[in-house]
Amino acid sequence: MAIATTPVTLKIQRFNPDTDKEPYWREYTIQAKPGMTVLEALFEVLNKYDGTLSFRFCCRGAICGACSMMIGGKIRLACETQVSAIKKRPLMISPMPHKKVIKDLVVDMDPFFEQMRSIKPYLVAKEPFPEKEIYQSEKDRAKLTEPIDCILCGSCSSACTVAWWDPNYIGPASLTKAYRFVVDSRDTIRDERLDMVDSEDGVWRCHTIFNCVDVCPKKINQTDAIQYLKRQLVKRKIGLL
Amino acid sequence: MKYHEVIVVGAGLAGLRAAVETATDLDTAILTQVPPVRSHSGAAQGGVNAPMGNNPAGKDDSVEKHSYDTIKGSDFLADQDSVELMIGEATPCIYEMEHWGCPFSRTPEGKIAQRPFGGAGFPRTCFASDKTGLYMLHTLWERSVALNVKTYEERFVTDIVVENGNVVGVIALNIVTGDFEPYMADTVIFGTGGPGQVYGRSTNALISTGSGAYIAYKRGVPLKDMEFIQFHPTSLFGTNILMTEGARGEGGYLINNLGERFMSKYAPKAMELGPRDIVSRSIQTEINEGRGFEGGYVHLDLRHLGREKILDRLPGIRDIAINFAGVDPIDKPIPIQPGQHYAMGGISTDKNGATNIKGFYAAGECACVSVHGANRLGGNSLLDTVVFGKLSGKHVKEFMKTKKDRRQGEGMIMKTLEEQEKNRENLLIKSGTENHAAIRDEMKQTMIEKVGIFRTGAQMKEALDKILELKKRYESIRVMYKGRKYNMDYLRAYELWGMLELAHVITLGAIKREESRGSHSRTDFPKRDDAKFLRHTMATWTPDGPKIGYSDVNVYKYPPVERKY
Repeated sequence: MAIATTPVTLKIQRFNPDTDKEPYWREYTIQAKPGMTVLEALFEVLNKYDGTLSFRFCCRGAICGACSMMIGGKIRLACETQVSAIKKRPLMISPMPHKKVIKDLVVDMDPFFEQMRSIKPYLVAKEPFPEKEIYQSEKDRAKLTEPIDCILCGSCSSACTVAWWDPNYIGPASLTKAYRFVVDSRDTIRDERLDMVDSEDGVWRCHTIFNCVDVCPKKINQTDAIQYLKRQLVKRKIGLL
Repeated sequence: MKYHEVIVVGAGLAGLRAAVETATDLDTAILTQVPPVRSHSGAAQGGVNAPMGNNPAGKDDSVEKHSYDTIKGSDFLADQDSVELMIGEATPCIYEMEHWGCPFSRTPEGKIAQRPFGGAGFPRTCFASDKTGLYMLHTLWERSVALNVKTYEERFVTDIVVENGNVVGVIALNIVTGDFEPYMADTVIFGTGGPGQVYGRSTNALISTGSGAYIAYKRGVPLKDMEFIQFHPTSLFGTNILMTEGARGEGGYLINNLGERFMSKYAPKAMELGPRDIVSRSIQTEINEGRGFEGGYVHLDLRHLGREKILDRLPGIRDIAINFAGVDPIDKPIPIQPGQHYAMGGISTDKNGATNIKGFYAAGECACVSVHGANRLGGNSLLDTVVFGKLSGKHVKEFMKTKKDRRQGEGMIMKTLEEQEKNRENLLIKSGTENHAAIRDEMKQTMIEKVGIFRTGAQMKEALDKILELKKRYESIRVMYKGRKYNMDYLRAYELWGMLELAHVITLGAIKREESRGSHSRTDFPKRDDAKFLRHTMATWTPDGPKIGYSDVNVYKYPPVERKY
């Protein structure tokens, strides 16, 4: 039984910095099956029309964070966005904004991960460790539920207009990671963590624009996490902590 | 030339766990095809098994009971001593993950929470909502950051270099620049993942192509038990994204088009929590006999669990069902069908993860110790990754204490590198007519249709002929993109050959195994045949295709009995 397909034109931003002076757009018309995702559409282009296209992918189930890109005017994961969910045609696809393009839809994520590394993104529990698990109440565990869902896709840092003009800004993802450890009842370096984000390029750079929240594929409220850190810093300053 | 004492290939759970083990003592580097935390381990949902007894219903659990469930689940093909080793390490390994920050869900007393899972006598699956793999992966990545482990990202390892029976390095394609890079190493640990993409309808990530297993095979390490492919009972109809076994562990029902909980016919005691091979066959039987829904699926019904429990325990699969199938499990049953999920087989290793090449180790899904035998229990794969990742790392540390010759094989490494470059040139200059993506699709379709849940000799013979035809056609493929930078076209064409080789191994092993055992279910040989086939299949590479041999199974404790659930 043949599945009914619809022709869809994708307009994809192409750029190879080694050979192209500037980015340009190319259109490809593919046959879209019902339920087809943008990632599948990109593979359709790669496999049938243009092998020179480059993009990142991995899990195709919205859990690995590899395929963030600008789709139909908003940063989304290509694997969980259906072609039919974007109404405007041609369907515009370009790399995440304000990140250096390596090629086509592939961007340089190194600065993102460098920022992440700078805030000690790991638990520092009391040593020696107990013979069993470190106990944590259900209530304390619940504080982690939202921030641990971050898949490090970089959408938030790409959407953050503050990060655009301050490349040193730690950024919403890393600050949310810092928050994740600050609120973890098992962590022992809360003060040091607060110090790390207490700077011009830290929490105080956040102007509560909420772009990060708007694009987060995991519906994490990074802005709220950053404001929590700010409040903790103020409380600490005035001796309430 | 870059040199490290230990090179770990793959940054999923097994690779990372091995790396954080060796990094405390040895100069360790990770080479990974993808940036951090993208690896397929992150897609694991339901949990990781250990006989902790944190759940009141699990207070009588023990290493012995967990081991027996695993051995019975494996249809007695697992090596019993290896299983006991793994289960003995389970609880400490999971405590370790917790100490490093893994945010497990908790019991009211604050302990690690445990839920029931298929084929298990007690609730022993430690979980972190329904994203256990994601959180474990992030935790180990975080640990690797804490230890400052050097990581080379977007490096696709294309070969290991072996000199005089010792591993001396690896060759990697730098995906970004397109350069082949030489790496010298005294030991190499593969944590390269499974071959799921050889099949259609796979729950696996698109990078799970079995590339590591192919490299080992090509270099003379046998592949063990490759015909044992696990089909997960519940993958989302349409996209085959995993819907965790935890959904049934929390009480979800499987329902056919007559509204029946049909598992009562197949596993009257365990019901939906039978082991995966049995539940998958049951679902497929319902579909084949006309009690499925149009297109070929049944329902996973969670509605009776209620909104609160679904939001608390199964939020991830709810999001997936909404975003990928337009179904909110709070209001509607989820359409599911069995999908390829896991390879029980892999690179043949001993209990330390060591292979027949000195200094070359493998752990996790790419490896086969064997602890899963003919059918893996849910929750035992994450366990396998952290236990054997750790044990491989430990053994590497021991091995390095006595290893005298370091930094060997520079000439051999460069020679291998040049071969790789030449092979690429040869592939790129071809102006063939075959589309490699089409060959890949045909392979995937063939494997799911003809070497799938139910198998027959005749169908598998057709599959074998098809694979040979595809291998032939591969000689005339065309790569459209001739450049170097981020050349996905070349990389996908390149990795396809390894996939075809693995498809060949899987199919030939399955044809020769004239019995039904665990996931390998032959309608022409419906009975298990211990006299002839209580043996591991060992496939070795030859230029004319795989040579199939057999090796003994360790059955020192529990004599095989018929599995009933």
